Amino acid sequence: MSEFVVRAEGVGKKYVIGHRGAYGYVALRDVLAAGPGNMARRLAGRRERSSGGSTREEIWAVRDVSFDLVEGDRLGLIGRNGAGKSTLLKILSRITEPSAGRVRIRGRVASLMEVGTGFHPELTGRENVFLNGTILGMRRAEIQRKFDEIVAFSEVEKFLDTPVKRYSSGMYVRLAFAVAAHLEQEILLVDEVLAVGDAAFQKKCLSKMGQVAREGRTVVFVSHNLVAIEQLCTTALWIGGGSIVELGKASDVVAHYNASFAASAAGTFSPSAVRGDGSVELTSYMVTNAVGSVVPIPVTGEDVLIQLRVHVRERIQRLAMDISIESPTGVLLTNINTTAIGQELGPWEPGDRTVTIRLGSVAFMPGAHRVGLSMYGPDGRAYVDLVNGITFEIGQSALFGTTYIDSRYGCVYTKIDVATDSSGSAAPEPVRTQSSGPQAVQ
Amino acid sequence: MSREIVIEPGGGHRRYWRDLWEFRELFVFLAWRDISVRYKQTIIGVAWSILQPVVTMIVFTIVFGRLAALPSGGVPYPLLVFSAVLPWQFFATSLTASSDSLVSNREMISKIYFPRLALPSSAIIVHLVDMLIAFGVLLALMVFYQIWPTWRFVALVPLTGLAAAFALGSGLWFAALNVRYRDFRYLVPFMIQLGIYVSPVGFSSDIVPDNLRFIYSLNPMVGVIDGFRWAILGQDAPLYVPGFVLSILLVAIIFASGLRHFRGTERSFADVI
Repeated sequence: MSEFVVRAEGVGKKYVIGHRGAYGYVALRDVLAAGPGNMARRLAGRRERSSGGSTREEIWAVRDVSFDLVEGDRLGLIGRNGAGKSTLLKILSRITEPSAGRVRIRGRVASLMEVGTGFHPELTGRENVFLNGTILGMRRAEIQRKFDEIVAFSEVEKFLDTPVKRYSSGMYVRLAFAVAAHLEQEILLVDEVLAVGDAAFQKKCLSKMGQVAREGRTVVFVSHNLVAIEQLCTTALWIGGGSIVELGKASDVVAHYNASFAASAAGTFSPSAVRGDGSVELTSYMVTNAVGSVVPIPVTGEDVLIQLRVHVRERIQRLAMDISIESPTGVLLTNINTTAIGQELGPWEPGDRTVTIRLGSVAFMPGAHRVGLSMYGPDGRAYVDLVNGITFEIGQSALFGTTYIDSRYGCVYTKIDVATDSSGSAAPEPVRTQSSGPQAVQ
Repeated sequence: MSREIVIEPGGGHRRYWRDLWEFRELFVFLAWRDISVRYKQTIIGVAWSILQPVVTMIVFTIVFGRLAALPSGGVPYPLLVFSAVLPWQFFATSLTASSDSLVSNREMISKIYFPRLALPSSAIIVHLVDMLIAFGVLLALMVFYQIWPTWRFVALVPLTGLAAAFALGSGLWFAALNVRYRDFRYLVPFMIQLGIYVSPVGFSSDIVPDNLRFIYSLNPMVGVIDGFRWAILGQDAPLYVPGFVLSILLVAIIFASGLRHFRGTERSFADVI
């Protein structure tokens, strides 16, 4: 079995962090200023730790990753943010150099880290197609041959000779993706670019990807869109903390990956996160779906249950609870206390008890939400104060089909039915669309 | 299909020149992008590339020719100045552009692979076009002063090459250093600002005392400018040969070391930019 197209052997990428200035880059003056100090430290035989409190730290963004791809393989890379997916893809596409290991690639590689790399706002759509195509590694003749196809795919024929700075963002993305979609290289490395554009466009991109896949080309595809990974990829590689967690059949890996969210849905509290006078102690929590089960995780539109195990040390006659929920983007979705909604809690006798909080009637968007809660008595005495100590994950709902929904679509989903009257001349049928709630709730 | 790319630590060198050749179209397109953007509004683009050298010529002729009354060796002062402004402007704008080329194309570097050398080198081309346009002004001036080109005009081609090699060689140094240390971007404009006075743009290098002439030629632009005057003005501008040879030598050293440094650091550009 030497017929591999891509072979990664123990690939690793190391970054040294902690030596960057406040502006995200190094200035020569900083280096010169740090010079004498460094030298003195070296003479004193101390290393790695600088006097300024900042430490030089080595981080392996990717470590010891090996896999083989044969022609026609479609590999999906999954993992949480910062797990090393994009770094691995950048190594494969030669943007960045590995610190360890080796990759062997047979064939022409096209990498798509974003759509429209190198687009120049002053140039027309036509000119940008050629420029972008060349940047992506196409030959001039190739672009010429495919030009009509690209233009047809992009649906911006009318504006081909308009500078792209006058394009709407939708047109811009469509044109950019159209170029990318017509790359002819044998190996395609794609990073999350399908998540751009509106739902209709995403669908179009996905079907184009499916077509590419059927042509027997080799694809490495990074995405958070697990539905798309399952549909498009034969195998999946799950990366966590830079290393391979699992490599195997796409549907299996995706299932295990999904289950891993459930695993983090239960836990205990770190003592530092909890404040209070100690009369109530939080022991553990569990976040479940509406039927009280950890797997599968709740999706958009479903109720979320938070079960708290608490240990009550002394009898509490009456108490109120204050609950706040933050969206994945850090927007405060709600912050309400039980008194305001007329719920009386207590009395609580000393001992263990379970507190179940049901979050319903609101459809959270996919992503990790943070919950804060506090319990206090009528006199304002704080028994427990927990700031963002609980995180729950909302999964992709079948509601949206294959469209990848994330924070760009807003914080909450509200069910919308659009109906039109037959006396009007507009749309024929009641149309159902999704929409997002207010961006910020203050 | 048969060829195999091997990616490993420190392994970028083996197929460096072949890669460069394979990406030649990118070089062309990048140069074409710059030209096309610059001359998109034809009038403004052309006017700008004429206005800059002409205004410089007028100011320098007044300041150095009239007020300071420096000798020109029998050459009309405007022509003396313009034949130096031509290569100087080309050098200064090329150096600035190639020094900035990596940082200003940051997003391309972090998102796509291509030989990084394509950026600083293609950045020079648009300024070559600028110089060609300004060359038209030179011809007009020559007609006006009744000075006719000789066979020496041919030498302008290799001389322009020398200026380009100097600009690219130092541009490679600064472009690479700029990626790592962002404050280098303040150094280049300062150097260019001083350079126009240190180089013999507003005056003839004949006014430099003979015993200092060789040391003066440590600035490679002295050789380039003297060469330009020698080629354009004919007999009236004799060439100081030892200084010229020194200029060529220095440019060769700067170019070779710049390329070496660039190649040594380009593999980490995407990580630090």
